[in-house]
Amino acid sequence: MEALFAGVVGTLTACGLFLMLRGRTFPVIVGLTLLSYAVNLFLFSMGGLNTHAAPVIGASLSPSDPLPQALVLTAIVIGFAMTAFVVILAIRARSELGNDHVDGRQGDEEPPR
Amino acid sequence: MITQHLPILPILLPMLAALVLLGLGLDEQRQRLVSLTATLLLCGLAALLLYQAGSDEIRHYALGNWQAPYGITLTLDRLAALMVLLTAILALGCVTFACAGEDAQGSHFHGLFQLQLMGLNGAFLTGDLFNLFVFFEILLLASYALLMHGGGKARVAAGLHYVVLNLIGSALFLIALGVLYGATGTLNMVDMGQRLAALDGDQAALATTGALLLVVVFSLKAAALPLYFWLPSTYAAAPAPVAALFTIMTKVGVYALLRVESLVFAGTGASVPIQTWLWSAGLATLALAMIGALGARDLRMLVAYLVLISVGALLVGLGMGQRAGDAALLYYLLHSTLVTAALFLIAELIDRQRGQAGTRLVCGRRLNQRRLLGGLFLVAAIGAVGLPPLSGALAKLWLLQAADTGQQAWLWPLLLLATLAALIALSRAGSVLFWASHKGKPGSQRVRPAQLTGVLWLLATLPLLVIFAGPVSRYAEATADQLARTESMAPAALGATPGARP
Repeated sequence: MEALFAGVVGTLTACGLFLMLRGRTFPVIVGLTLLSYAVNLFLFSMGGLNTHAAPVIGASLSPSDPLPQALVLTAIVIGFAMTAFVVILAIRARSELGNDHVDGRQGDEEPPR
Repeated sequence: MITQHLPILPILLPMLAALVLLGLGLDEQRQRLVSLTATLLLCGLAALLLYQAGSDEIRHYALGNWQAPYGITLTLDRLAALMVLLTAILALGCVTFACAGEDAQGSHFHGLFQLQLMGLNGAFLTGDLFNLFVFFEILLLASYALLMHGGGKARVAAGLHYVVLNLIGSALFLIALGVLYGATGTLNMVDMGQRLAALDGDQAALATTGALLLVVVFSLKAAALPLYFWLPSTYAAAPAPVAALFTIMTKVGVYALLRVESLVFAGTGASVPIQTWLWSAGLATLALAMIGALGARDLRMLVAYLVLISVGALLVGLGMGQRAGDAALLYYLLHSTLVTAALFLIAELIDRQRGQAGTRLVCGRRLNQRRLLGGLFLVAAIGAVGLPPLSGALAKLWLLQAADTGQQAWLWPLLLLATLAALIALSRAGSVLFWASHKGKPGSQRVRPAQLTGVLWLLATLPLLVIFAGPVSRYAEATADQLARTESMAPAALGATPGARP
């Protein structure tokens, strides 16, 4: 299970990184989203991976750590808000700058003033 | 009763003010009144906290009375109190300046401003790494919106970079936290420091990885060398009161580095690589920021590079890895934050009176109030360069003295050259703006009283830092002492017997 989990997190991170290095805002946002999924999964696993272990003492022989679950909830909420914000920002940039390049200009145009 | 809850008030007060400002839909005048009152109260509160922290007792505030390491704590020590007071003083100047009309250019300026203050204070006071992340997010979210206040192409373009970079930074922050939690099983800074020191083998290597990742994140916030390219355009594009407040944002990164280095990673295997890295990154930042300052073609851009010079000097102070360096950097931090903030505000005043030329360093229209603005600019420039009699000279001298013989060979030439570069760049900017600009008739814009009050409030701190250099430097030294012996404070911080957890 660990290998599969690590593979999934690694693949998500790699895809996220690749997309974030693209020149248009939309792939960058998708890349950020993928990276935040990878981070959330990673955080979830930081207390150790086990099955049939509720985070309640007494409910199972070796209860799992409840803290990562609380943390990952916080991280998901924050990540969600940030994604919404950056999507709006990208739309705003598209309308203000006239294109969807992350620098707001194509090639060697002058930077906006 | 109330004194017991003092450490959480700097977080609650701006939060309540923000709720009132965002929720009640007050008119402009009332919004300004609420915002000014809240910031003024925050100043008083911060002074009270500083007085309390001066007794050398570290106070731990357990939220909901859940004892650490299980509960979340706020920690009030000398360093936290000092940073909260600096934030409050800076914020008062910025809010006063903004009340002259800048706040009405977009919506919710004051509410967002108070939220940003809440995030800043929380980041300074928290004793828990995950809560540091949460407060970072609060202050960043507020800063994204504040940066875009008033709109415009340059702001949106700079804002996009700023937001995306900080989102990546947040992701890295979470990964670092995950790694550190996996290795130690705790998020309380004091507890984590103790557990890290006891680790060995694979786990220690894992923890070092997490620690270095954390340093990368904080270096992004502090704008250290390979990660600073977002700063100049962002700060130059931000509205003046926001840019002035942002000068403390890089210092939050420096604060976080200082905090984790002294509290969490002192005595672990990560300590030495972190210091070496900070030392060289600081020197390189100094060198590049110096070139940037010389090459800047816009006054705002120039001030942004001055911020970077101060960041470089602060990181070098951190990288010295000794008590004297920490003390010197605290004094320099106070000085550089306030003076660069004042310069951003002055740049805005100059911009208003120059018409189309704005703050670009080209010959333009004659300024309407050139004597007043020239005087303000001169004082701020003397402070920023570090010439006597203002506090910049003392701050730089102390930093130069703090280096030991091996470090002097690197630090002295670079810091002195950076000072020279700042001197040349600012003199050139001043000559162009005030002496070479005499085309046409001056406009009719005048400096508003509120704007002048804000600038003077910030500038007044520079002579005060010199007059009270004795008490301030003693406080800085005591802070460095307190940071150096945090390990002995651990039992009080953790309440119950530490390490009793499985």
